[in-house]
Amino acid sequence: MRFTEVLAFAVRGVAANKLRSALTTLGILIGVASVILLIAVGNGASAAVQQSIAGLGTNVLTISPQRAQPGTSAKPLTTADATALADPAEAPAVKSASPVASASATASHAGVSYSIGQFLGTDPAYFGTTNSAVARGALFSADDLAHARKVVVIGATVATQLFPGSDPVGESILVNNIPFTVVGVLAAKGSSGLQDADDTAIAPLSTVQNALTGYGSLSQIVVQATSADTLTAATAQVATILDGRHRIGFGQTADYRLLSQEQLLTARTATTDTFTVLLASVAAISLLVGGIGVTNIMLVTVTERIREIGIRKAVGARRPAILGQFLLEATMLSLFGGALGVAAGFIGTRFTIAGIKPVIVPSSVLLAFAVSALIGLFFGSYPAHRAARLRPIEALRHE
Amino acid sequence: MTAPVIEVRALRKTYGSGDTAVHALRGLDLTVRRGEYLAIMGASGSGKSTLLNVLGCLDVPTSGHYLLDGIDTADFGEAQLSLMRNRKIGFVFQSFNLIPRTSALANVELPLVYAGIRRAERRARANAALRLVGLADRAHHRPNELSGGQQQRVAIARALVTGPAIVLADEPTGNLDTRSSQDVMAILDGLHAGGRTVVLITHEDDVAAHANRVVRVVDGQIAQEVRA
Ligand SMILES: Nc1ncnc2c1ncn2[C@@H]1O[C@H](COP(=O)(O)OP(=O)(O)OP(=O)(O)O)[C@@H](O)[C@H]1O
Ligand SMILES: [Mg+2]
Repeated sequence: MRFTEVLAFAVRGVAANKLRSALTTLGILIGVASVILLIAVGNGASAAVQQSIAGLGTNVLTISPQRAQPGTSAKPLTTADATALADPAEAPAVKSASPVASASATASHAGVSYSIGQFLGTDPAYFGTTNSAVARGALFSADDLAHARKVVVIGATVATQLFPGSDPVGESILVNNIPFTVVGVLAAKGSSGLQDADDTAIAPLSTVQNALTGYGSLSQIVVQATSADTLTAATAQVATILDGRHRIGFGQTADYRLLSQEQLLTARTATTDTFTVLLASVAAISLLVGGIGVTNIMLVTVTERIREIGIRKAVGARRPAILGQFLLEATMLSLFGGALGVAAGFIGTRFTIAGIKPVIVPSSVLLAFAVSALIGLFFGSYPAHRAARLRPIEALRHE
Repeated sequence: MTAPVIEVRALRKTYGSGDTAVHALRGLDLTVRRGEYLAIMGASGSGKSTLLNVLGCLDVPTSGHYLLDGIDTADFGEAQLSLMRNRKIGFVFQSFNLIPRTSALANVELPLVYAGIRRAERRARANAALRLVGLADRAHHRPNELSGGQQQRVAIARALVTGPAIVLADEPTGNLDTRSSQDVMAILDGLHAGGRTVVLITHEDDVAAHANRVVRVVDGQIAQEVRA
């Protein structure tokens, strides 16, 4: 018996049992599509976090204060610390060190008030270090810093909140009831999935300390190394200088914390990895449910199919011909369902889901397709495999 | 006297085991010669269908011998049994056993496909078989679009399409009215007239009257031979 004849039987079998074929295809489709989609969402979330952190640059070092150990007194991070770190003689690998003070601030304009996510005071070098570009107007200058002028550069979110539909540059806003002039609007960076990087406003450090926070502790010093390669050298130089200034002896725990963007990246990636694993297990469950659905349909129709096998054997079909037909039927349904599932997955990932732009993981496509195809193949051909071994009369009498 | 095509010796068939064992055939002997037209009668549960299923190579006996054309079927493997069912024997079931949602023509073609016959020839032979049973105009109907009598005639067309030497029919008229029964019996008479060996099971005397020999099965054995 030729292969084309077996294939023709299989095609006819699929066409003759339309409901069964449709349900099987649907079960596999849902399984495959949900695996692809859910893993893509997880991957999209972590990609967004990585991108937002990578946007800061790989040559950036963040120093933040750390609570003192019992029995020691912690020295705050000060502007003087930042100045010392920027000394080219002591720290040749350091390009710039920007002191950062942060305040909680509510800004208002023309009766609209808005609580800004991050209100920072820093120096102009900070913009370069954090890859912040200006979209409209200008950044503030070293001169503004020196004279503690009440100027502010606002992020895209703040701009749309306070100035819907109008140009904020040159306008005046009240920050905690102190008038500031908006000199520029930053280019949008987008959401990292966890935090809106555009919900920010940045003013000269001197102004912020003068008007809002006082001259106490800084919240951060952001250091930029001369290049990504000198980051390790810069880290060592920064640690030496700060240990000296804060009188941290050998073996003592420092009262500050040094974090490179790479470490930050690792920490954040670990969080989103957990998220991805969670989604992947949900996906695996839906694949399983799809598989059970397929199995169910196959088993429900198997009595009829076993009788059919009995008829075929009674008129002289040999075992390989029967197995071939049922295997091909299952293969066609699985591949068809799998292909539709992949298509549905690809279409689904073009939409933004819960604020996350899904990014397809190629291996998940392969995995979902392979697993569902195997489920379809196994449960499609297993009953046939058993029935083909029966004597014709046993298969015909099957109930 | 022509040579025996079917020779059954001390045939036993037991379903199940232990206390619940059913002895459907208890050492049955039967010889059918080439070209014979045999009717098997007997009470319900006496073992007629069991016997015919063994003769049709659809089932295997528990013990005893079944010689088909002088060869013991116990020596046959799965491939050879398939070949016998395909080429040598045409089987007609009481319950038709057509493949659902498949046209009459495709059902009749089925044995020819497994015989490896090419499409064009298959078509021609299947159509000829349908014409023989008077269903040429129903070739593209599905079983659920046919009456019981028509379904049985399709089943007979399927049984005779490979040109088998033996046609076995298990109560071929059991589910049919008088008119349809006559149609079916006319076809079987024609097959016998064409030289084939025909064995059928029936409960009806007027059906058995078509045969030239009648045997009665009682409790899994041939109890009585009635020459018609
Ligand atoms: N698959 C089976 N399993 C168990 N017992 C069976 C099986 N098939 C038949 N039997 C039993 O074997 C005996 C003979 O059955 P068989 O079908 O051969 O009878 P029959 O003569 O064809 O009856 P009827 O005229 O009603 O068709 C019966 O007692 C029946 O219950
Ligand atoms: Mg019976």
